[in-house]
Amino acid sequence: MLVIVCPYCGKRPEIEFSYGGQAHIARPSQPVDLDDQAWAEFLYMRSNTKGLYAERWRHSHGCGRFFNALRDTTTDHFTATYKTGEPQPEAAALRVPATVTP
Amino acid sequence: MSSLRTPGGGRIDRAKPLSFRWDGQTYTGFAGDTLASALLANGIHLVGRSFKYHRPRGILAAGSEEPNGLVTVKRDAARETPNLRVTQVELYDGLEAISQNRWPSLQKDYGRINDLLSRFFPAGFYYKTFMWPKAAWKRVYEPVIRRAAGLGEAPTLPDPDRYAQRYAHCDVLVVGGGPAGIAAALAAADAGARVILCDEQSEFGGSLLAEPAARIDGEPALAWTARSLVALAGNPRVRLLPRTTAFGYFPHNFLGLNERLTEHLAQPAPGAARERLWQVRARAVVLATGAIERPLVFPGNDRPGILLAGAARTYLNRYGVKVGTSAVLVTADDAAYQAALDLHAAGTRVAAIADLRPAADGALPAAARAAGLKLITGATVLATEGDLRVESIDLGRVGTDGKVQPLERIACDVVLMSGGFNPSVHLYSQSRGKLAWSETHKAFLPGVSAECERSAGACHGVYGLAAALDDGYAAGAAAAPLPPEAPPRQPRRASVEAPPMSFDAYLGALPSAPTAAKDKAFVDWQHDVTTRDLALATREGFRSIEHVKRYTTTGMATDQGKTSNLNALAIVAETLNVPIPQVGLTSFRMPYTPTSFGSFAGASRGDLFDPLRKTPIHSWAVAHGAVFEPVSLWTRARYFPQGGEDMHAAVARECRAVREHCGIFDASTLGKIEVVGGGAAEFLNRLYINSWTYLGVGRSRYGILTREDGFVYDDGVVARTAPDRFHVTTTTGGAPRVLAMMEDYRQTEWTDLEVWLTSTTEQWAVIAVQGPEARRVLESLVGDLDIGAAALPHMAVVRGRICGVPMLLFRVSFTGELGFEVNVPADYGLAVWEAIYAAGRPFGMTPYGTEAMHVLRAEKGYIIVGQDTDGTMTPDDAGLGWAVGKSKSDFVGKRSLQRASMTAPTRKQLVGLRTRDPKTVLEEGAQLVESPGQKPPMRLLGHVTSSYFSAVLGHSIALAVVAGGRARLGQTLQVPMPGGDIPVEVTAPVFYDPTGARINV
Repeated sequence: MLVIVCPYCGKRPEIEFSYGGQAHIARPSQPVDLDDQAWAEFLYMRSNTKGLYAERWRHSHGCGRFFNALRDTTTDHFTATYKTGEPQPEAAALRVPATVTP
Repeated sequence: MSSLRTPGGGRIDRAKPLSFRWDGQTYTGFAGDTLASALLANGIHLVGRSFKYHRPRGILAAGSEEPNGLVTVKRDAARETPNLRVTQVELYDGLEAISQNRWPSLQKDYGRINDLLSRFFPAGFYYKTFMWPKAAWKRVYEPVIRRAAGLGEAPTLPDPDRYAQRYAHCDVLVVGGGPAGIAAALAAADAGARVILCDEQSEFGGSLLAEPAARIDGEPALAWTARSLVALAGNPRVRLLPRTTAFGYFPHNFLGLNERLTEHLAQPAPGAARERLWQVRARAVVLATGAIERPLVFPGNDRPGILLAGAARTYLNRYGVKVGTSAVLVTADDAAYQAALDLHAAGTRVAAIADLRPAADGALPAAARAAGLKLITGATVLATEGDLRVESIDLGRVGTDGKVQPLERIACDVVLMSGGFNPSVHLYSQSRGKLAWSETHKAFLPGVSAECERSAGACHGVYGLAAALDDGYAAGAAAAPLPPEAPPRQPRRASVEAPPMSFDAYLGALPSAPTAAKDKAFVDWQHDVTTRDLALATREGFRSIEHVKRYTTTGMATDQGKTSNLNALAIVAETLNVPIPQVGLTSFRMPYTPTSFGSFAGASRGDLFDPLRKTPIHSWAVAHGAVFEPVSLWTRARYFPQGGEDMHAAVARECRAVREHCGIFDASTLGKIEVVGGGAAEFLNRLYINSWTYLGVGRSRYGILTREDGFVYDDGVVARTAPDRFHVTTTTGGAPRVLAMMEDYRQTEWTDLEVWLTSTTEQWAVIAVQGPEARRVLESLVGDLDIGAAALPHMAVVRGRICGVPMLLFRVSFTGELGFEVNVPADYGLAVWEAIYAAGRPFGMTPYGTEAMHVLRAEKGYIIVGQDTDGTMTPDDAGLGWAVGKSKSDFVGKRSLQRASMTAPTRKQLVGLRTRDPKTVLEEGAQLVESPGQKPPMRLLGHVTSSYFSAVLGHSIALAVVAGGRARLGQTLQVPMPGGDIPVEVTAPVFYDPTGARINV
């Protein structure tokens, strides 16, 4: 079970959260202006990143807030969580969680 | 005392003899024995029959890696546990154990015929054999295979025991209580860390328990162990968990531990928890899981009496049991010599030591020579003989040219083997750490960690007591959290006297002569996988170890290949002529050893399996004999049978009462969301397909929610109770997901709107009063409130009081009759219900349940989202196209609904069905086809979504989705069923009062 840092509440276990898919995909302001191809792109196309991935979580059994997170899909380690609307942190500026190497 | 017991020494208590039964015979052991050591002390090696060939099998190991000794331990009819490893079953007085996978007896098993027919059962036998005839699979093959598969039998009675569960947090979790683990725990505790130390065995000490001569820091190793444990136990920040298996290592240092609390007790206290599941979150983890001795692969290596050298030494030194009277040691490393020396000293004849290496010059081989033991270097094994116990071994010699020459046959009753060690990297691998091949160890070792974790001791490739202790101290000190600015600690060092270790090891099958016996050489004992199976798999083109594993099932038994994986890998690598790291390694999965379902379930059984939601009116329904049904987590009254009625009779009576007089229905489970704020109307405009701007205060509307893909997601009546306040209802099961969807758009897309969302599902009790007399019933209870047709028309909403209780009254109908839904605060729900029922009795008021509600709404063609829709239906498909707000430029789903395929006339559309025979009730889910008498494959036009017998109409009714259905009104279609085609006529979905005259009164 993952430990997730809610930007509003702090460290909480994964069972308090629900997953919300890829982050930073804004709904088009006027969907009717899009052709089918562009609409399908928004509706269905998601990246399947191996490595650092920006994704949405909701602290559904806590404060109820949606927020964004950067998670490494190969290790499940979070390098950052941040509030909706805030820009995605630069990966290079992040501190990788400490592991004690043997 | 049996002649196989040593007169003294070991960890058993010779003053406490215990009686136990094995396959019906009574034997004696001692306190401190495992079932394995007690059987061996009685001269019993044969403990099971193998999985596939039913070959006689003996005890191979002394720990949890044991692949052969799987037994059933029976306490009573309900407490019969199969497939327990004989090496992990602690002896108690009166223990009853039974062997498995044999008939009629362990000594004489007719299944042995499989061994003689084995050339008909090669790897992939199932895949190759049971292909045809197709019909035989279900009736012949599957039942036979199911009967033959598996080893023990699962108990049939419910588990009567209690299983506890706990969460724990610590700074350092140390897995494994051998020397390295104890050292790590000591070092971490010294640094002030909160420590948990767990070990799967009954006693801490690990390898030290079988190392009586070793000395640590100047005292006997066992004295050091005892002193260390006293120190740890006395530290309030340390928790010691014996008999506790760390079975799973999950992300973010979350580990599952299974503690066995009563398995070792003759008389567990009544009600005591049998096992405890620990879910531990550790800041840092130290894995000190040791190493497992590697067996050797040679023909006939599976006879009872052939076991690992280290296991024999453990039985001797820890349990005071000599595994035999005449032993041959086959080894590829120095460590195993200690077993021969110890057995020799205990009086077991060591007939020969066959060393696979061309030369053996270490201190231990020298000691063996000095003790006068016969030592053969450059040796190999050609065969063994013996039926239920090994009787002799045929040794060969590998010449300098690599050719194998037969050497001699040596009589013996035990063969001890050692191919070096496999570090136990299972948990490390589960943590997603990368394994690295070590040519020195001829094994995989922990490489780069993925978690805050480090390995110590033998599982880290650090062999030998002194090095393991130092590694443990260093790991424990490094794992403990350092206060900021603190200088790095100098780890403790141990001074040790113990037998030296070598890194020598052997991998793969032993060299064998072309003339060697044709007996099988086993790689995986538990799944009966031989060298030939692996060779066959590679010959048939399998290259990836993952494929070879699944094809041959090597390493896929309950022991997960603890003893077999590396040998299998080496054989595949050699056959393919590639280096081992290039072949790769299969994944280690949890659980490390089989873990009981009871432990995972804990208290979540029976009534506690799932939370059960009950309405405020539940107790009334119980008192009035309701039959209940689960609806999502709710339990709802399904019908109220009277005087021995069955469901159909009760539902028919309830439906008639609603249509003719009035009914009362508990609708409290409806999802309710309060949408409030200056942006509330606009919020609903953007979300729902309907338009809300012009909905007046005190009015409501049937709302439909689609997802962004245009498919119906939920529905419900939405009332405007103030200019900035909406009372939104949802389906019973849909409330949480609708609120989550609303929150998603509110928080992440439409932050410009001022809106608050509050779930009020459980704050309101909802009492539906439906039927021609409904208004007259309520009029007597609502004081001056005018609920007449003019003041409160259909879909109007008004605040008032009922029996003095604040009320939000909806004039709505899900039955097609004049109807009201009385919303009152939940705490008043029961009192108001009882008052309405009392007032309604003179009018013939009848309580009705969800079943009658379904029939009544189906008669009116009202859909249930999730029953009549399935996540691929647009509003128009469901006949709800009229609800779409035409003037809105956007709403969730609008753009998708504009795609050409979403408006195609051939889409499946909701229609009604009438069977030609009015009594025939179609099956929900039944398919619809064009014409009668077709043979599969047929073109399917759609399916039945709702189907009931309508007592009011006197015939059956059904709703269905049918391709181009609305253009087919009047057509006859067929419902093909096992009993023949059922002709049905396509009708409009409204069967009763199509003009709605009965609602608008």
